Amino acid sequence: MKRVLIIDDEPLARMVVLEYLQPFNSQLQVMQECGDGFEGIKAIMQHQPDLVFLDVQMPKINGFEMLELVEQPPQVIFTTAFDEYAIKAFEAHAVDYLLKPFSRERFNKAVEKFLSQSGTAPAVKATEALLDSTSQSPAQHERIVVKTGTKVKIIPVHDVEYLAADDDYVSIHTAEGSFLKNKTMSFFEQTLDARQFARVHRSYIIRISEITRINPYEKDTHLAILKSGARIPVSKTGYVKLKQVLGI
Amino acid sequence: MAAHLYLIHNFGFDWYVAAMDSALSIVPLAAACWLIDNNLRYYQPGKGSYINLLIWCLVLAAACTAAVWWGLPYLNAGDTFGAFLRQSLILRFVTNFLAIGWMAMISLIWYVQQDQKENEKRKAEAEKLARDAELYNLRQQLQPHFLFNSLNSINALIGFKPDEARKMIHQLSDFLRGTLKKDDQQQVTLSEELQHLNLYLDIEKVRFGHRLQTEISCDDHCNKSMLPPLLLQPIVENAIKFGLYDTTGDVTISIRAEMDDNYLSIMVQNPYDPQTARPRHGTGFGIRGMERRLYLLFARNDLVETFQNDDIFTIMIRIPQA
Repeated sequence: MKRVLIIDDEPLARMVVLEYLQPFNSQLQVMQECGDGFEGIKAIMQHQPDLVFLDVQMPKINGFEMLELVEQPPQVIFTTAFDEYAIKAFEAHAVDYLLKPFSRERFNKAVEKFLSQSGTAPAVKATEALLDSTSQSPAQHERIVVKTGTKVKIIPVHDVEYLAADDDYVSIHTAEGSFLKNKTMSFFEQTLDARQFARVHRSYIIRISEITRINPYEKDTHLAILKSGARIPVSKTGYVKLKQVLGI
Repeated sequence: MAAHLYLIHNFGFDWYVAAMDSALSIVPLAAACWLIDNNLRYYQPGKGSYINLLIWCLVLAAACTAAVWWGLPYLNAGDTFGAFLRQSLILRFVTNFLAIGWMAMISLIWYVQQDQKENEKRKAEAEKLARDAELYNLRQQLQPHFLFNSLNSINALIGFKPDEARKMIHQLSDFLRGTLKKDDQQQVTLSEELQHLNLYLDIEKVRFGHRLQTEISCDDHCNKSMLPPLLLQPIVENAIKFGLYDTTGDVTISIRAEMDDNYLSIMVQNPYDPQTARPRHGTGFGIRGMERRLYLLFARNDLVETFQNDDIFTIMIRIPQA
């Protein structure tokens, strides 16, 4: 028996999935229905589902942001009305995606695809690849979603002062404190707006408007002093990059 | 000038006299030409005032000739030259007139053409703007998210509540028809606009269930006040979007209309989360588009105000009443 979750903020949309799942109830068991991403995260941790039916547009955090916060993302069939960015990503990596409103035939095809794949396909890898490719969608450039303990924190990108590498994590520094995110520096280097942020060091990305001074440090290296008083090392190549961005 | 000089010299006068004569004839003529050209650049005569232009040409030609008549005797070039001057005076006048008239004609044609070119460019630009706006409107009206999600809800209802599915199809059809037939130039009454808005809100309520509530209050005497069609639609859409996607709890959207002197004043409120609201909140295209529309209709920029306090976002719109 495979465990299934349905995550969608519209009750009627969940009902369609539930109804279409009826014929499969010997193989798939619906553990819970969730109305938003927060409930979704909890339910995924609690039930460790094999398959999630996931809507993209949801309150507070969208479907992709929710998946980012789950340590071992399950296999996903997306159900969405319209999202040109997401569709590209689905085609590449999701088990399947269903465009609302979808027919029973189309739904069956998606479920059968999951059933024939499960146990063979490296599901986690596929979902991770999916998340990397959806980082191109515009919402992902405006805010970063992190988990602090059991709470979810949404950091608007304009609140970020700088980012620092921290083992396998990246710590995101804001006026309110710092938060850890399970991503790489190069991920942020690619997704953050290059006009606002610069990677000045292997382990540091800073917001350009936060810089108040740049002092020479040891040979070939510099120190950037931020408004918050933080002192960030700037490597030789980082300094060249900064000079370009600042036009000096 | 060289031609003039050569001509005078050929009549048997020495080079000095010929040069002075040509200077005194050509310089005022050039000044007159410049004057008429400059005038025509900034002021183009209408059909009736071509006669004025002709008179101006005659006057300027006469002035140029007069300059020669008063100026040349100072040269003391002898009686022969004086006789020559008298005899050639008419010829000089006619030549001056022809030269100035020719200049006037050329200038007139040139500047009229320039003006026409500019007008055409402006017209093309305005047409392009109108087309872009129309395209944007069309895309807005389609609202793919709203449409597909509504169809999905209908799909769900068909299974277990077919009567409600049928009702929702009718609401959706009425709503779509309402957005299609609106003519931007024709204002509608507030009660018509609210009726259309209610169709939209009813559909959204089916989609979001108990999460979405609305409060609409409207003073009796402003039911008949006028506003541009579909003005409130994008605002309420925004309110719902931010209300429902910025918070996870129940959401109440309130709309209140009242008369304030000669203005119909409408207030739309929705809850939002100031912590996580995206930076663009409140300046989205919905509100900017409406501000622009009101500006085009009433030539005023002060009709829309937004406030954000605690966790309520408020927008106030004032519509001047005729």
